[in-house]
Amino acid sequence: MSVREVLRRIGLATFVSLVLGFFSLPLLWLAFTPFDSDPRISASLPDFTLHNFQVLMDNPYALASLRNSIILAAGAAALVVTCAALAAYALSRVRIPGRDVLLYVLLLLSSIITGTAAMVPIFLLAFNLNLIDSHLGVILVLTGGLLPAAIFVLKDFTDATPTSYEEAARVFGATPLQTLRHVVVPVIRPGLATVMVWTVAQVWGDFLMPFLLLRDPDKAPASVIMYTFYTEGGQPDLALISTFSLLYSLPVVGMYLFVSRRYGFRFHGGIKR
Amino acid sequence: MAVITLSGLTKVYPGGVRALDALDLEIADGEFFALLGPSGCGKTTLLRTVAGLETATAGSVRIGETDVTRLPPGRRDVGMVFQDYALFPHMSVTDNIAYPLRIKKAAKNERHAAAADVAAELGLDGLLARRPSELSGGQQQRVALARAMVARPQVFLLDEPLSNLDARLRLEARTFLKKLQRELGVTTVFVTHDQAEALAMADRIAVMEAGRIRQIGTPAEVFRRPANLFVAAFIGSTPMNLVDARVRGEQVEAAGVLLPLPEEARGLVTDGQAVVYGVRPDYLDYSPSPVDGSFSGRVAVVENLGSSSLVTLDVEGVLIHALVGEGSEPEPDEHGWAVPRAGRALLYSDGDLVNGNDVTVAA
Repeated sequence: MSVREVLRRIGLATFVSLVLGFFSLPLLWLAFTPFDSDPRISASLPDFTLHNFQVLMDNPYALASLRNSIILAAGAAALVVTCAALAAYALSRVRIPGRDVLLYVLLLLSSIITGTAAMVPIFLLAFNLNLIDSHLGVILVLTGGLLPAAIFVLKDFTDATPTSYEEAARVFGATPLQTLRHVVVPVIRPGLATVMVWTVAQVWGDFLMPFLLLRDPDKAPASVIMYTFYTEGGQPDLALISTFSLLYSLPVVGMYLFVSRRYGFRFHGGIKR
Repeated sequence: MAVITLSGLTKVYPGGVRALDALDLEIADGEFFALLGPSGCGKTTLLRTVAGLETATAGSVRIGETDVTRLPPGRRDVGMVFQDYALFPHMSVTDNIAYPLRIKKAAKNERHAAAADVAAELGLDGLLARRPSELSGGQQQRVALARAMVARPQVFLLDEPLSNLDARLRLEARTFLKKLQRELGVTTVFVTHDQAEALAMADRIAVMEAGRIRQIGTPAEVFRRPANLFVAAFIGSTPMNLVDARVRGEQVEAAGVLLPLPEEARGLVTDGQAVVYGVRPDYLDYSPSPVDGSFSGRVAVVENLGSSSLVTLDVEGVLIHALVGEGSEPEPDEHGWAVPRAGRALLYSDGDLVNGNDVTVAA
């Protein structure tokens, strides 16, 4: 092996290690710091303790906020999956002039709805509808923002499903609703699972909308509550933040693992045929 | 068991395509009926209109005593097998077969028993717990048939039943389907673009072109006496020889040779009339020595078809095909004669069979 070759390999290994280190350090921090008796901002092997979790349990908002997150995520996921499935099925099976344009425009606008640009109008709208400080308000706004992308992904799934399945059900006497329940939903189930997981992850991580629309800290989800974990001295309370981060991320990771084992992720979306 | 009666059936698609054009047809009780034609001729549309998957623009469909034109598919009492079988991928074979009974709200054990019965009838026992994706093409087809049979409908509709099978399986399935239909005695309509399939299986065939029926008849009638040039060219695995010709008294001049005027056309054509002379390669007898009243030319190509050979004669620039039995094949470039068999040559004038009064042609 020439010197050049050796140097090249060393360079490559160093580069890969640096990149890996860059991405794994936060994860190591997340894994170790919650169990460290002296939590700091750097990752180190912990001086093992479970005391930090005690601190978390004593915090009046921490666990309630996780429950709030679950309510928001589950509500939005149920609403998004149901509405997107019905809309995608209709858009895929009924010929409407300009339906592709419609879908693209919706997709474009959806990033505005939940984005910073529409913050003030959304607040005013929610205020006038008496939806401030209500989980329903947040769920509705987030659902509105996520629906276009969900419809787009699900429409690809329904487009890829041959119509003869539905025709077979019709010939044997199934009503449209029976056709949907017995045939269409089971066939596009991987798509529904994909959209559900994606919605939950989006809502779970969303900060802006719940921060804007929920005034009462008892109703705030985890993403907002985490923002309040400071000591009296104004320093970040690392014991709380680290344990809470761990609890906050575990459900999403668990859900990904469960759904991907069960359905295998088949991302059909995105590419237009 | 029921008669299917179509009258004035018309289907115009939103784009203005006229898929069915005022079609009249009666399919007898217990008949195995083929809708045959090239792709785009409207045969599948016709089947789907009978099934109720398409709504007729005008005209009516009757099944038995009932006018079903405006009924939804589920209330027409038909069983259908789709071209891609459309077996529900998430259901087991049992659940697939029992699905029509599930819609009819039969109890679970009752419908599973019925499914097992039909499956046994079609030789599917032992496969009941499998998913469709774990079955071979032939098995999938039989599951689709079982699903269509389980509710004992009055009519079976089969859309290209053999096209998704490989060649060897196709012959097997053909025999199987014909035997099954005979045993069940249920009126069955199937769609095919393959004339050999239609000839082999059907009791009667409707040959379609551009939304119209060009001829209805038994396989023998359609094969021996095609009512018009379209049917003549479409039917037969070796295409019929169709030669521009002119009547010369008691004879016909085609490709520069004089042939005897077909018996049935006598008196119906006038001297000097332009006609098309048609004779199937199967009905041309090859002779290595000169014969009167025959096509005479140089052997251009000899194609081996197994038990016979297709010989192509170059008769003054017109290519004439003749089937020659094994053992007597000529060599290329030899001179040969092809004699039309008596009573098998046909004359067409203006595209229609001369003296075609005995063949049924729907408008």
